[in-house]
Amino acid sequence: MSTINPAYEDFRDETTALRKRLIAFARSVPIGIWVAAIIVLAFVVAAVAPGLLETQNPYSLDLVGRLAAPSGAHLFGTDQLGRDVFSRVVAGARQSLLIGVGSTLLALILALILGMLAGLGGRIADAIVSRVIDVAFAFPVLFLALMVVTVYGANVASTLVAVALGTTAGYARMIRGQLIAVRDAGYVEAARVTGHPFSKIVWRHILPNALRPLLALFTLGIGNSIIWASGLSFLGLGVPPPAPEWGALLDAGRDYTTIAWWLEVMPGLAIVLLAVSVTVLGRHVQARLEGKIRTNLI
Amino acid sequence: MNPNDQGPPAAADQPLVKLESLYVSFGSDPHDRPVVSDVSLELHRGRCLGIVGESGSGKSVTARTLLGLTGAAAKIDAGLFQFSGRDVSRYRDRDWRRLRGRHIGYVSQDALVSLDQLRQVGREVGEGLRLHRAVRGRAELQAKVVELLAQVDMPDPEIKARQLPHELSGGQRQRALIASALALDPEVLIADEPTTALDATVQAQVLELLAATRDRGKALVIISHDLAVVSQMADELLVMRHGRIVERGAAEDVLSNPQHEYTQRLLDAVPSGHSRGSRLAPADAAPTGVIAAFGPRHAAHAAIAEHGAHDGPLLEVAGVRKSFRGPDRQLRTAVHDVSFTLHGGETLGIVGESGSGKSTTARIVMALEHLDAGNVSLRGLPWSGIPERERRKRRRDISMIYQDPLSSFDPRWSVERIVGDAIATHVDGQEQQRHRLGELLDLVGLSRSLRARRPLELSGGQRQRVAIARAIAPSPSVIVCDEPVSALDVSIQAQVLDLLIDLRDELKVSYLFISHDLGVVHHISDRVLVMNEGHVVEHGDAEDVLRRPQHDYTRKLVSAVPRLRHVREPALAREVA
Repeated sequence: MSTINPAYEDFRDETTALRKRLIAFARSVPIGIWVAAIIVLAFVVAAVAPGLLETQNPYSLDLVGRLAAPSGAHLFGTDQLGRDVFSRVVAGARQSLLIGVGSTLLALILALILGMLAGLGGRIADAIVSRVIDVAFAFPVLFLALMVVTVYGANVASTLVAVALGTTAGYARMIRGQLIAVRDAGYVEAARVTGHPFSKIVWRHILPNALRPLLALFTLGIGNSIIWASGLSFLGLGVPPPAPEWGALLDAGRDYTTIAWWLEVMPGLAIVLLAVSVTVLGRHVQARLEGKIRTNLI
Repeated sequence: MNPNDQGPPAAADQPLVKLESLYVSFGSDPHDRPVVSDVSLELHRGRCLGIVGESGSGKSVTARTLLGLTGAAAKIDAGLFQFSGRDVSRYRDRDWRRLRGRHIGYVSQDALVSLDQLRQVGREVGEGLRLHRAVRGRAELQAKVVELLAQVDMPDPEIKARQLPHELSGGQRQRALIASALALDPEVLIADEPTTALDATVQAQVLELLAATRDRGKALVIISHDLAVVSQMADELLVMRHGRIVERGAAEDVLSNPQHEYTQRLLDAVPSGHSRGSRLAPADAAPTGVIAAFGPRHAAHAAIAEHGAHDGPLLEVAGVRKSFRGPDRQLRTAVHDVSFTLHGGETLGIVGESGSGKSTTARIVMALEHLDAGNVSLRGLPWSGIPERERRKRRRDISMIYQDPLSSFDPRWSVERIVGDAIATHVDGQEQQRHRLGELLDLVGLSRSLRARRPLELSGGQRQRVAIARAIAPSPSVIVCDEPVSALDVSIQAQVLDLLIDLRDELKVSYLFISHDLGVVHHISDRVLVMNEGHVVEHGDAEDVLRRPQHDYTRKLVSAVPRLRHVREPALAREVA
């Protein structure tokens, strides 16, 4: 039952203990998770330092060599204006990741405020906020996005805000449920019996325990947001051309699908690969946090 | 050794099941210690075999082997495994399915989990009949189900058959399980902890029912951690520990004259009125540390000095009433006009069955519920009906120990932090706090090397010790113990009870001790309060109430407690009778 990691007993040699733990950790991670991690890392490099991966300037035109099939010179081929598709996909990583991470963060912050009001603010606050969440839940993300874009114009910031608004209600509901479950936990009552004020209990027990699963939710949400952002750009509601956003690339290549498949397949592959890898990582983190996989690190 | 060998049917005097040198192990590592080693047993018609042991002793795995239910991960190796003279050692799942239900019935521990929440009880009971095509047509099935339910003394069997499990009481659910196990009239009935979740009076009824099936000629196996339950029923007894049989024999021999030191220890560990004033656990088992850690007095005096002397009762509960709104929006009175007092250094036991209002009383004393009427005072000062803000600084004077310590700990926190949190409310300075932590861990007999562990990494007994350390940390004058030992194995329960008694004597603390277990309450309490349906039905000196109960309900409760048969000790029941 209680198989305790020997590292607990081993205080004398902490560096050996740490190395042992790291090796044990590395061994406990399945190979598929490593692959997903490497893919995500590659996209992060593309976003932070696209110069390292781009083979050509993603904006430079070459009307002679347009719609060239993938080859050694152009890994993913060229588009209708002769721009290198590989470099454009690399250049698009920054916006996709920015929107994915940014909108998820923004959504979680909004959801946290709503969730805490509903979960910890008493019965009346709960009733009001829960109805607000229900109404927000009923709005399609596309509709919200249309409103934001109509008011603020199509750019990165409004795409980010639109995706965030569209996904907030779902998170808020989950956070509320978590807070309510933890609020009634035995250790919260035990802390009350010890004589701690409620504010201290919220800060020390309720929030950390309720929000721990959110780390996994965050990574899962990024994949989701990336797909939403691409979808909006594809419909022309997102980042405008000539910016190499993946959804916009898909949209631009739409007319050439029959003669230049790579215009659609390559950006599409990038979207799927990043979203799947982030989701796989997120699920793994979630499993660890829920204790389905034994670990000493997370 | 041919698995399809159809031997001749066993003669009446031959064992129904014969199992020799069974080994069961899980996991691929051949060096893993087997979960069950070298277990041999025989089951005979009309006889009951009892298997006793604590958690992890391998008793349930043995039972599941008899049903072919150990699962794919298990490696089973038996010298001989026969059912009615047929070799079943190589049976595959398909072969077992033919045996289960028809020839071997199984009654599991937790009826609420074992019954499908969304299926009518009658369908569940009739499942075996349908699968084995024992009846023709719906009407016949229906009639047979009702007959089976009637056979297990289910009240209103026609109605109950159409209800869902949650609409039945715990005892009724267990009856339904037994009825479904008996549906196809199997020769062997295996009951794994059949009464563990039940109240004493219901437990007595279920045991009676099982005894009746044995008398009708079934081979019965009863598995329990509770020696008293097994001693009621068993003709032959196996005592298991760490997957091995440490003692076996006729039940009366094993109980009256145990040969193995472990059996003796189990017998000694059972608390009762008889054991008052004696230690339940042997001296070498996990020292409680009280005497070792403290020069006497020091802590007790500290407590008195800190809180100031007070003459009257420490805790006074007067005319308290509390009702809750049920799911049907009807008001239900959980606690009805309850009054009692608790004096310094005294232990007041509250006994009652589930739903009697004893836990609500505990929560009222902890000021976790608002009162409908009455009041509670602590050290002569009002305790109920004052704002929480005023109560907060006085909360350190009264602390609580829960039935399930695990859920009362923040899962992220280490032992050091859990206990330290209770220390920090009244001790300043890191050095002093660390000193006090070490002191407390010694006091409850926890190794200091466990400080960095999280609750999940502790054993059940260790967890309850941490909970006790946290409860005594602020030197309270009252500790409310809500079923503090009911989730523990007998021998661990014995150690924890010893510890609580040592602490009471050392720290001069008063306990409000709540339990459904009369033996435990009798062992530890000076006075006893008997509760039934929210009312106090009897109240008085523990010896008087439990040995010479006046009220009908108390009498019923006392006589329902299964007692160790064959053991020479003045048990409660005889004096009641």
